[in-house]
Amino acid sequence: MKGWRAGVASAAFGIAVWQGLVWATGLPKFILPPPALVFETIWASRALLAEHAVITMSEVLIGLLLGAVLGGLSAIGLAASPMARALVRPMLLFSQSIPVFALAPILTLWLGFGLGSKIAMALIIIYFPVTSSFFDALMRTNPDWLGQARIMGATPARIMWHIRIPSALPGFASGLRLAAVYAPIGAIIGEWVGSSKGLGYLMLLANGRAKTDLMFAALIVLAILTILLHAAVNKFCEKTLDRTAM
Amino acid sequence: MAAPALHLKGSARIGDQIIFADLDLSVQAGAWTCLLGASGVGKSTVLRLFAGLTKDIDVDGSYGASDGALEGRVALMAQDDLLLPWLSALDNVLIGARLRAQRPDWTRGEDVLARVGLRDHIAKRPGELSGGQRQRVALARTLMEDRPIVLLDEPFSALDALTRAQMQELAAELLLDRTVLLVTHDPAEAARLGHRIVIMTDAGLQDVPVPTGNVPRAVDASDVLKAQADLLNQLRIKQ
Repeated sequence: MKGWRAGVASAAFGIAVWQGLVWATGLPKFILPPPALVFETIWASRALLAEHAVITMSEVLIGLLLGAVLGGLSAIGLAASPMARALVRPMLLFSQSIPVFALAPILTLWLGFGLGSKIAMALIIIYFPVTSSFFDALMRTNPDWLGQARIMGATPARIMWHIRIPSALPGFASGLRLAAVYAPIGAIIGEWVGSSKGLGYLMLLANGRAKTDLMFAALIVLAILTILLHAAVNKFCEKTLDRTAM
Repeated sequence: MAAPALHLKGSARIGDQIIFADLDLSVQAGAWTCLLGASGVGKSTVLRLFAGLTKDIDVDGSYGASDGALEGRVALMAQDDLLLPWLSALDNVLIGARLRAQRPDWTRGEDVLARVGLRDHIAKRPGELSGGQRQRVALARTLMEDRPIVLLDEPFSALDALTRAQMQELAAELLLDRTVLLVTHDPAEAARLGHRIVIMTDAGLQDVPVPTGNVPRAVDASDVLKAQADLLNQLRIKQ
């Protein structure tokens, strides 16, 4: 439980710095609300925050799931076929040079104001890290294992399934860990560009009405949910995927 | 299973680098041939050719089995056990069948593991086994493959002296009647296991007299010790 204690200490330190800034600068509370006010707002607006958090987290979880599946399949496809690598990899790299922010309006136009466009944003933002870290791991299979498999008379598909994929699962796991942190960013960007629900929407709304305390409240809820999601994904990876690396 | 003889005649290159030139090696059917020589003289390349891992190797000449194709008739056991760390000992032994899309024969897998003395360890993963036990699993996997030709690439060199001696005896017993080509750096190993002992140098191959007695020969037999000392001296001169 040492990790917990360090986390609590670190949070306390952050709050102390925050309170210190409030005292030192003397900024009005609609610009920089003090921590106590923000926690009060979190408690007072818990129903509202929960309602919007559920929306954001559904976008994040569905995006994460789809991104993991699509990214995983893409990595396997790329690793299996030199042709696919030649055709698709430059395109993938190119796609990374496009700022995701720029895609949000068009996704909203195509997929509407609902969950769809936010899920797509989350998916797009995590697709590359998942694909790329899994792909790299798939290409790094111990060549002696592959030689042994060839001597045994294995087919490429069987080698992929029984050797390359299991040995690359820790790489897939590190992609998923990154994805757990990135996916909420995607969903929030999507909500900023066009939505009527979700923590991102709530932040914009609160900001527009100078309810800075509510804006901070939504931000803190989002941060806590992201940390919990990362911890859960981490646990899942340790329990399942990382075991192959022993 | 009638084990074939092997032959290799010619030169090999990897890119512009000549690995060996004008080699003329014949490996006796159903017996152990030990191949010794300095590092970098091309012993492992010889094994890779017989194993069919010929990618990047250009061969000028011919090699193969006395009665036809090599493919599907060779097993390889190397210094690294090459066990898959996420599979149990039993699943590692059965991996060949899985890779060929055949139904794994669990009963035989268990039998084979029992024959190498690992009856109580079949469910353990490689990480839970000692180096010697892992090499036993690799030997069991080799037996499971049941190939007439067995290529051994310094399989016991990473083991401690006692475990190595035990593994040599076990391998000699279990690989009886197969055509075995053993690459080794260890003169004592060659003196114990070789029906034929060959030293490989840049100038070609040289046969070395073999001690009397059945394989595996006793470690302390006087002619085994003598052969071991002679071999060491010869290797020293060749260096």
